[in-house]
Amino acid sequence: MVQNASATQTLLDWLRQERHLTGTKEGCNEGDCGACTVMVTDTEGAKTLNACILFLPQLHGKALRTIEGITGPDGQMHPVQEAMVTHHGSQCGFCTPGFIASMAVGHLNGDTDHDTTLAGNLCRCTGYAPIVRAAEAAAGKDVPSWMHEDLSALADLDADAALPKSSDDLARAYAANPDATLIAGATDVGLWVTKQLRDLDQVIFLHRCADMQQIEITADNIRIGAGVTLDALGKAMRDLHPSFAEMIRRYGSAQVRAAATIGGNIANGSPIGDGPPALIALGARLHLRQGDTRRDMALEDFFVAYGKQDRAPGEFVEAITIPRQPDQLRCYKLSKRFDQDISAVCGCFNITVDAGHVVEARIAFGGMAGIPARASAVEAALIGQPWDEITITAAMPAFATDFSPLSDMRASAAYRTEAAQNLLLRYFHDMNGQSVSVLEVTP
Amino acid sequence: MSVTQPLPHDAAPLHVTGRAQYVDDIPLPADTLHLAFGTSPVAAGKITTIDLEAVRAAPGVVMVLNADDLDRDADTSPSAHDEPLLATGEVHFLGQPVFLVVAHSHLAARRAAALGRVEIDATKALLTIEDALAANSRFEDGPRIYQKGDAAQAITTAQHQISGTMEIGGQEHFYLEGQAALALPQDNGDMVVHSSTQHPTEIQHKVAHALNLPMHGVRVEIRRMGGGFGGKESQGNGLAVSCAIVAARTGRPCKMRYDRDDDMMITGKRHDFRITYRAGFDDAGQLSGVEFVQFARCGWSQDLSLPVADRAMLHADNAYHLPHARIESHRLRTNTQSATAFRGFGGPQGVVGIERVMDHIAHTLKLDPLAVRRANYYAAGQQTPSGPGTGRRFGGAHSPQGTPENQTTPYGQEVTDFILHEMTEELVNTSKYHARRKAVADWNAKNPILKKGIALSPVKFGISFTLTHLNQAGALVHVYQDGSIQLNHGGTEMGQGLFQKVAQVAADRFGVTTDMIKITATDTGKVPNTSATAASSGSDLNGMAVKAACDNIRTRMSDFLAEYYQVPEVRFEDGMVHAGDHVMSFAQAATLSYEHRISLSSTGFYKTPDLAWDRINGTGRPFFYFAYGAAVTEVVIDTLTGENRILRADILHDAGTSLNPALDIGQIEGGYVQGAGWLTTEELIWDDKGRLRTHAPSTYKIPACGDRPRIFNVALWDAANREETIYRSKAVGEPPFMLGISAHLALSDAVAACGNTYPALEAPATPEEILRALHHTKGAA
Repeated sequence: MVQNASATQTLLDWLRQERHLTGTKEGCNEGDCGACTVMVTDTEGAKTLNACILFLPQLHGKALRTIEGITGPDGQMHPVQEAMVTHHGSQCGFCTPGFIASMAVGHLNGDTDHDTTLAGNLCRCTGYAPIVRAAEAAAGKDVPSWMHEDLSALADLDADAALPKSSDDLARAYAANPDATLIAGATDVGLWVTKQLRDLDQVIFLHRCADMQQIEITADNIRIGAGVTLDALGKAMRDLHPSFAEMIRRYGSAQVRAAATIGGNIANGSPIGDGPPALIALGARLHLRQGDTRRDMALEDFFVAYGKQDRAPGEFVEAITIPRQPDQLRCYKLSKRFDQDISAVCGCFNITVDAGHVVEARIAFGGMAGIPARASAVEAALIGQPWDEITITAAMPAFATDFSPLSDMRASAAYRTEAAQNLLLRYFHDMNGQSVSVLEVTP
Repeated sequence: MSVTQPLPHDAAPLHVTGRAQYVDDIPLPADTLHLAFGTSPVAAGKITTIDLEAVRAAPGVVMVLNADDLDRDADTSPSAHDEPLLATGEVHFLGQPVFLVVAHSHLAARRAAALGRVEIDATKALLTIEDALAANSRFEDGPRIYQKGDAAQAITTAQHQISGTMEIGGQEHFYLEGQAALALPQDNGDMVVHSSTQHPTEIQHKVAHALNLPMHGVRVEIRRMGGGFGGKESQGNGLAVSCAIVAARTGRPCKMRYDRDDDMMITGKRHDFRITYRAGFDDAGQLSGVEFVQFARCGWSQDLSLPVADRAMLHADNAYHLPHARIESHRLRTNTQSATAFRGFGGPQGVVGIERVMDHIAHTLKLDPLAVRRANYYAAGQQTPSGPGTGRRFGGAHSPQGTPENQTTPYGQEVTDFILHEMTEELVNTSKYHARRKAVADWNAKNPILKKGIALSPVKFGISFTLTHLNQAGALVHVYQDGSIQLNHGGTEMGQGLFQKVAQVAADRFGVTTDMIKITATDTGKVPNTSATAASSGSDLNGMAVKAACDNIRTRMSDFLAEYYQVPEVRFEDGMVHAGDHVMSFAQAATLSYEHRISLSSTGFYKTPDLAWDRINGTGRPFFYFAYGAAVTEVVIDTLTGENRILRADILHDAGTSLNPALDIGQIEGGYVQGAGWLTTEELIWDDKGRLRTHAPSTYKIPACGDRPRIFNVALWDAANREETIYRSKAVGEPPFMLGISAHLALSDAVAACGNTYPALEAPATPEEILRALHHTKGAA
């Protein structure tokens, strides 16, 4: 039991400073390098999280295992530890405990897509090849007995109003305290604390609101609770909208996706979040709640202007619904690095063609304006036209009508505009079965 | 024999269990204070007000210091005493430390530092190469010029000419462990400093100066760094000096570590370069003359920029004989972080320049770039030893006879050990270069949107510090009476496996296994006057010094045992000591020697022979030998977005007779990926106010796991160093970094497949840059 700790004390500081468990390292203090990766287990299973942007209350009712506990109780090495030694997977060793945590969780869960499992762990020494060799070598080995958590002791822990157990509890708590900061996965709010050094006087943690973590699929709709993690959303999209799922695979990292929620991705209003463009392209509706009052709107209407959303004090995102539809969605995320990078441009296309003509078009972009937004002029230029390259080429200049993007460290305005136009062309080729992704090319 | 064995890194079991201790992990005394800098919010100007009231009033703050509060002109420069610890009257870059906060915790110090109000009368900041040239803002009086023959004439009279310019971005080290130091005050005013540094003696020197102590009053220790890459050669000075000053003042231990954003805002990075070139050549692509002008953006202080820029000049030839050459180097002073050492130390920028020329020539003549490269290679070394263990000899068509005329570098050193003809031939075969080049062309013909490219590039890298006196090292070895051995030397461990390699040397000298050897932290109290662990020199220098120390002890033991047992010869092997028919364990031999009052402790010393270098005139022999390598990289680009990916890399690298092939391959794989990252995803962006906008991993993108080549074949060229190095091995820290250049050349090849104009791809080749180059090659605006 941890008492008298600040609600925004990070797990990493607590481990290193209070418990003197220094195996877990601080590399970036913002959840981008994975040196602080730890294993957290709850009823959903084992996952990795970045301890540097994880507040202690987020662990309520969950089991934590650090590098010290991945090593066996008598000092025995875990198979991934042994393999990392044998395959020369460590050089300076500083990133290694984080890698071991990711590898051990991957090993436990039977993940063999090591590039995805390890995308959130940066190594500057090895070039990753020996680490992947180690992960492959350990894959067939038994999971050591000490790696299984007993959650029974954690089932009925008490918690106060800052840790509501349901959306109803949350609605009451937030209505009573509308100035509070809502914290779901803390992958964004964490940085307010570790980088902006802000004091968050009032906080409400959402992770215990189980009813907000459901995905319900009916004949007409997919209803996604605001507390659904990106990891869970990605899994749900795998069969329904695989291109969305593939983009989510590149969203943050395993550690970030296990914490970040789709509600947070929407509610923080970022112009470069990857969830909203895809959801807007799918025609998603947003469900807001304040006390017992609920309303809903087209998702694109939520984003009013940069930093401004259509949300009243005490009102929170409860869910998103996506109408069921045939899959013609393609999500294109452009960034300097494929994995774990914020999009310079994120373009999502959902175009319906009937009898050779475009009958409906929903195109939404991130990174092109102060908010995630639809490319209305482009849509208008497509609808009713024959589905051919002439139509595409004719529609491409309309992006300049829809968007006046900024230049920043991720890309210039000119690149963003040109790339956005070219993504429409990519969509055309993609839907015609042409090879358009460098990720799918083999040597 | 323990040498040549692929043993794991000595600390690997500690790394993987989280028990390896770094500076930030050292348990702290109870009353330790924590430090943080307050930094300049503008790039250039005069400080008018420093208002620290809110800082002093912040929770947990013990003390706040600015330059006026320091007793001495505490300085952090490794070269020119031009880096005051805290800004004195003027600021020279955005992020420069202005005041120092001392608090009860790291977090309290950081939070308080954010409350300082520094008002500055801003002056025009010189941020770009143009700014610096216009203001004639530079280090040294004017450009350095090295030349050989008459390049201008040779270019003019050649059959073909090209000219061009290339921008080459800098690079953040992104060592996973940020800068850190811990100072522990001792009695009589002495100071012990734990510093995450590649250069403990420099830390000792700067701390001693700041405290007005002789160097003997300061002891610096470092067991390991969490990565260095050159970024901890001089950039840790500020933290160590700060901790020592406050520790001396308060009598309390002081610790300082940079938050990642502070680390990236304050510390220096790889120098970005602009290189302009003119070249003249014949129909076969053979160069007759080449001219380079290298502009290095050095940042606000001199730091190590002069030798970095020198090394860029010294690698303007890479693997190629330049009959007539002129290399002009401008070391420009700008209001940005002071660019510093980074793996390759200017060499990579120089190599990129000549590889651009080779690529441009090939494009002009419509030749395979590999053919142009081979046509320009230095002649094969003449004194190739033959026979087992001395390497292969190649007598093919690509191996012309060497003469001084085609073996002399632009700086007058003869290249006598050139092995790239035979290495290239082998790599071409193992990588199936020619078949794959054809396959790439066929693939491109069928794919309108995605295009592939392939390139082979070589590296020849000069080994030795160009400041000749740094090529020395010391060691201290103790054999205890139970036969256990303690090893110490001046090199530092940053992940490269130096300690293990040197332990393998010591084990071999005594005929024991490495588990008999305790590797200890680098400590200025054990081995003095050390050089930085840099210039790839770690195992060359320290391996030899340790060998000397071990051999001293071994000679004493064997002399004693020979006399004691009256035998002519004593041998140390397989953990045993053989004195005629008397066979005993090494431990027994140690005990016996101790009981007979034989000294079982020795220092060792080594200095690299045969070096003579005049850096002003650019003549002499700066390098003891050259290390070689070559890489073939295949890539794919998306012509709609510029997205790109490395598909496959095949590498053949020369580590001489490798001391530890596993560790050497680790350096090669890691160096390649780091080099490719420099030229692809890693982009540093400063805004027009001089603020670095890419100061965290959220915006600065080093390669991730999925960016490594899907197929990644790395092999060692199995041949002994022709020079007498430690077990005939070769240095391997920096040279493989330049193998990553083949990735950039392959991207250029892919872009070139889309048009007729030479792509002139800049670095880094981000998606945006590739899209720009595609327009260029297609002839569009």
